[in-house]
Amino acid sequence: MTSAQARTMPPLSVGNYTATTALGAGRDAQLEALRARRSGLRANDMRSPGGHDLLETWIGRVEGVEAVALPATLADWDCRNNRLAWLALQQDGMMESIAALRDAHGAERVAIVVGTSTSSIGATEEAYARLQDGRFPADLQRPRIHTPHSLGAFVEAATGLRGPCITVATACSSSAKVFAQAARLIEAGLADAALVGGVDTLCGSVLYGFNALGLVSPRPCRPFDARRDGLSLGEAGGFAILERAAPGERGLQLRGYGESSDAHHMSAPHPEGLGAQLAMREALQRAGLEAGDIDYLNLHGTATPANDKVEALAVAALFPPSLHASSTKGWTGHTLGAAGIVESAFALLALEHGLLPGMLGSSEHDPGNGPQLRFDNAQREVAFAMNNSFGFGGNNCSLVFGRAA
Amino acid sequence: MSSLRAGIAGIGFWANGLPGWNDAVAFARAGTLPENAPAKPSPLLLAPNERRRAPESVAVALEVALAACTASGRDPSTLPSVFASTHGDLAITDYVASTLASEPRALSPTRFHNSVHNAAAGYWTIGNGCTAPTTAISAYDASFAQGLLEALSLLASGHEAVLLAAFDASATGPLATVSPSQGLLGAALVLVAEPPSAATRLRVTPVAASAPAAAGALGRRFSDNAMRPMLPLFDALATGGDAALLHAGPGRALRVECAHG
Repeated sequence: MTSAQARTMPPLSVGNYTATTALGAGRDAQLEALRARRSGLRANDMRSPGGHDLLETWIGRVEGVEAVALPATLADWDCRNNRLAWLALQQDGMMESIAALRDAHGAERVAIVVGTSTSSIGATEEAYARLQDGRFPADLQRPRIHTPHSLGAFVEAATGLRGPCITVATACSSSAKVFAQAARLIEAGLADAALVGGVDTLCGSVLYGFNALGLVSPRPCRPFDARRDGLSLGEAGGFAILERAAPGERGLQLRGYGESSDAHHMSAPHPEGLGAQLAMREALQRAGLEAGDIDYLNLHGTATPANDKVEALAVAALFPPSLHASSTKGWTGHTLGAAGIVESAFALLALEHGLLPGMLGSSEHDPGNGPQLRFDNAQREVAFAMNNSFGFGGNNCSLVFGRAA
Repeated sequence: MSSLRAGIAGIGFWANGLPGWNDAVAFARAGTLPENAPAKPSPLLLAPNERRRAPESVAVALEVALAACTASGRDPSTLPSVFASTHGDLAITDYVASTLASEPRALSPTRFHNSVHNAAAGYWTIGNGCTAPTTAISAYDASFAQGLLEALSLLASGHEAVLLAAFDASATGPLATVSPSQGLLGAALVLVAEPPSAATRLRVTPVAASAPAAAGALGRRFSDNAMRPMLPLFDALATGGDAALLHAGPGRALRVECAHG
């Protein structure tokens, strides 16, 4: 099916949602920092797994992850990524919402679809840095944390949900695609509701990997700034609940999703943003909307020279000048596999509170920026908000959120 | 629990010693092995220099995906795709973790971007000029079953055909003790919503049950590979069996009924 044939989807209600980032834990912390234009970025203080190297860069590190204690029944899952998942699940009444969902539908009818790029590979890195006679140290001989599904299986154990349970790992589009997959599972009748989300934590793989690709800035990132020179990496966790919308309900809704592939390059975007445009057009079609209906667009906006150039082209090709589009990576850093859920939460905050974030750290517009790209925050009514997430391999996803009419 | 249906338009298979679906069928039915089976797949989708450099996991995924598309007569550039793998490329994870422990700034950029779980999905869409959606998932030992559910959901959401590819490769280094997996194993299906009458049809039903270990000829032969939980289905397809039970999570399974056209 090409994007021209995407059919409209029945809206899904977003029952609850939460995000925990370098800005703090939970929705209020995000909202306050976005309003106050207070960045969560700090000079890198995360050393290499062996402890002998420190990259000169800025990171969006979540405060207090080290101090999180998992309940004894979940001790086998202990690692930085699952601690951050647990911390995120404790915010904004999410565990209570999950319990209510379980009671309403039955645990077997609620799916778990979560995204991550590196899951708990940080624990694997630590094991290699502390090998004993060539073997993993005893405290890290726990197979379930050294594999991508560590996140999904942990959330399953932590929530008691028993429906389809899956970890999506398409790099930086992972936790946007979870909304699309959950919508399909519900449409196919495999579940009545879904817990979606994403968690990624800072680790050696991403710090040194993006550094090896020459994509990491030595200073706080500057999305869509003419002088931008790379990204600031971050970590985050977030979750949302999706259910079939009931007639006459009020509240937030997922209205559309669009997914595409660039078919271009493993680590560079298509030069004209072909895949990005396909994903955005398909999301609009599924929502039954025109580009002019979107009030706020949260961009992928990693602050690498290539991503922002191409995304600016795609936005200019699709949207009228009235759109307010911004990248919030100057607040949180690029949270990779968690970017989809974090920036969906920001889009939902825009719908709820009328806060349209601008960009942080950026002050000189790139000549390629259209009038849609805004550095300053704005405050006004938002009817529809969109979120873009793009990943390695040319993997793209756009989501449209709105309120029940 | 409701059932989902699909038809099989094409099958791809590659494992050490059985480099194609016809070989797998002959082995499952008669125990015969082909002579001179290649030691590793050589997917035609990649340019010769990329073919040599491609990680094993990517090579086997592309090999079976292309074979399934060829068997189906479908143009790969038109199909949405689902790539399921328990661990992704364990040899790359071993390389990344050991390099980070000793000399982090020496990490290879190519091996880093090949380390993403969607590397095979990326190479597949790039190689075919395919702009359709693709995804990469893991659900540990339930990865194949959960990938099958996503493929069936794609059909239910209006796609007419979808590619599902599943694979795992060998573990190396210290990682092999916590994530054991040996050899290369991959299989792929092109699933269609409205199969022609000659096609094998599947009816898939989630059930509360524990799936037994794969006991067929393929299941026994490749019991050391992490993707072994998919093999009950491929044993059934190879031998004309009418049902398979696939592990889908703790205490959960998919009952797959096969009606052969």
